[in-house]
Amino acid sequence: MSVLIIAEHDNQQLNPATLHAVKAAAGLGEIHVLVAGSNVAAVAEAARKIQGVAKVLVAEAEYYRHGLAEELAALAVKSAEPYRYLLATASAFGKNLMPRVAALLDVPQISDLTEIVDGNTFVRPIYAGNAFETIQTSSEKVVLTIRAAAFETAAAEGGAAALEQVEAAAEQKLSRFVSQELIHSDRPDLGSAKVVVSGGRALGSAEKFNEVLTPLADVLGAAIGASRAAVDAEYAPNDFQVGQTGKIVAPQLYIAVGISGAIQHTAGMQDSKVIVAINKDPDAQIFNIADYGLVGDLFEIVPQLTEALKA
Amino acid sequence: MKALVAVKRVVDYNVKVRVKADGSDVDIENVKMSMNPFDEIAVEEAVRLKEAGKVSEIVAVSLGGKKSEDTLRTALAMGADRALHIETDEKLEPLTVAKLLKAVADKEQPHILLLGKQAIDDDAGQTAQMLAALMNAAQGMFASKVELTEQEAVVTREIDGGLETVALTLPAVIGVDLRLNEPRFVKLPNIMAAKKKTLEKTSPADLGVAVVSHLNVVRVAEPKARQTGVKVANAAELVDKLKNEAKVI
Ligand SMILES: Cc1cc2nc3c(=O)[nH]c(=O)nc-3n(C[C@H](O)[C@H](O)[C@H](O)COP(=O)(O)OP(=O)(O)OC[C@H]3O[C@@H](n4cnc5c(N)ncnc54)[C@H](O)[C@@H]3O)c2cc1C
Repeated sequence: MSVLIIAEHDNQQLNPATLHAVKAAAGLGEIHVLVAGSNVAAVAEAARKIQGVAKVLVAEAEYYRHGLAEELAALAVKSAEPYRYLLATASAFGKNLMPRVAALLDVPQISDLTEIVDGNTFVRPIYAGNAFETIQTSSEKVVLTIRAAAFETAAAEGGAAALEQVEAAAEQKLSRFVSQELIHSDRPDLGSAKVVVSGGRALGSAEKFNEVLTPLADVLGAAIGASRAAVDAEYAPNDFQVGQTGKIVAPQLYIAVGISGAIQHTAGMQDSKVIVAINKDPDAQIFNIADYGLVGDLFEIVPQLTEALKA
Repeated sequence: MKALVAVKRVVDYNVKVRVKADGSDVDIENVKMSMNPFDEIAVEEAVRLKEAGKVSEIVAVSLGGKKSEDTLRTALAMGADRALHIETDEKLEPLTVAKLLKAVADKEQPHILLLGKQAIDDDAGQTAQMLAALMNAAQGMFASKVELTEQEAVVTREIDGGLETVALTLPAVIGVDLRLNEPRFVKLPNIMAAKKKTLEKTSPADLGVAVVSHLNVVRVAEPKARQTGVKVANAAELVDKLKNEAKVI
């Protein structure tokens, strides 16, 4: 029984999402990784070195450059025959692609796994993490996406997988890439940062959001996150959103600043090792899940905290 | 141009659901139900496209028990022209939902299909992509902007790290995200008017789709509870705790 993991990358670098997927798949069988793109030799080489990977399939075509789901799904389906599991991380990439693959194969998908109990049994959150369901399937083939925050990463070095070039699938030409706008930041990636500082609606403006949170994040070497209310009010870009419908994070330390603690938000961060909440309302829901709560005005407390950390 | 919108009746997002004592499922008896918030955004987008003269007819579809009718009436009140209810009390997996919607699409021949990016009950996030696959159509997931031309839908998608724009050949399936729009508040006269609009019934059998189940839920459990924390008096105490007690900095 073996597993095909669809690698996530930008044609130059392998995304750490793939390392989480390899770790999660460890108990499922022999692991192969599919690298599809344009001029992806460096990515294929990186995939070869991941510990636990037995084989890397490489498919090159100009129409794989932008990771269009229509094109990649056709390739994944063409490659799927020998595998029982097709797997990716539940990132924007994996969420976009994998259901298309499942439907083309006419097999079920189980999304956003937090635990793989055995080859037929999986655990996943429902209702914004208010409950976890254990699902069993005897389906001959199954498509899976895993929640990165719930699994460690496989070691990026030490493996020596075989490389195999595979033929591209026919071009689908259903959609066309127009443009991409990536936000460049020197901060650690929100999904993998050890410390996350998140701000809510209470910050009041984009200027205040940056003015108050950036120095704190800087002393902690932290990534910055936000509640949906803060994102909706345009204090922070969309991909800062932590929660049920945003990013799922599980850092060592999560500091929630001026965030009420709605279930849709806590769904995205409640597995953090240590949670700190700063809120002026002593009854705010966030205090129910915080390890350390500090009641007071964030505009006073956060600068004090930043100073205290510098000392 | 015809738009098809899929709407699901789910537990209202304000409700904190609880797991049944026997761990068989969550308890959703007597809780408030609403249209899935992402589907509301999909309906709103269709209505806006109609108001902009790009779309001429909006068909809303819902799958589920008798009460899904309420959700369809809401869609009609928001501005959908007619509704189709695929009535069934069986539990539907996303792949089956996609097959049923595909059967409807075969009949209705819509140019664009708008769906929420996820339903806030099962949080599966699969149906739109699966429908696109079954239709051999293009997909624009996590859409935060939609522009329609004669041949294409140009969709801005929210991806990790930023935004991406793709052009989709029509017919296309669009999975909408929160930032696409803010759904309108439905006024009473529209609710009254919606009662007169057509609501047609059908069933999986009528549509020739077998409801099969591949996934068996064996247990539903509460999330791991976190230990109650402590309140600290000031920033200095917090730093001390983080350093010496929690040892995370
Ligand atoms: C379908 C759907 C999906 C959603 N998905 C998400 C999601 O993924 N992520 C998410 O975060 N939300 C999500 N939400 C929204 C969620 O329900 C809440 O509305 C949101 O999280 C609230 O954000 P907030 O806590 O920043 O704002 P508010 O609820 O307005 O809370 C602000 C908090 O700041 C405190 N405060 C105010 N001033 C100060 C001050 N000077 N100092 C200290 N504290 C102060 C207040 O006491 C309050 O607790 C979703 C909602 C829906 C319907």
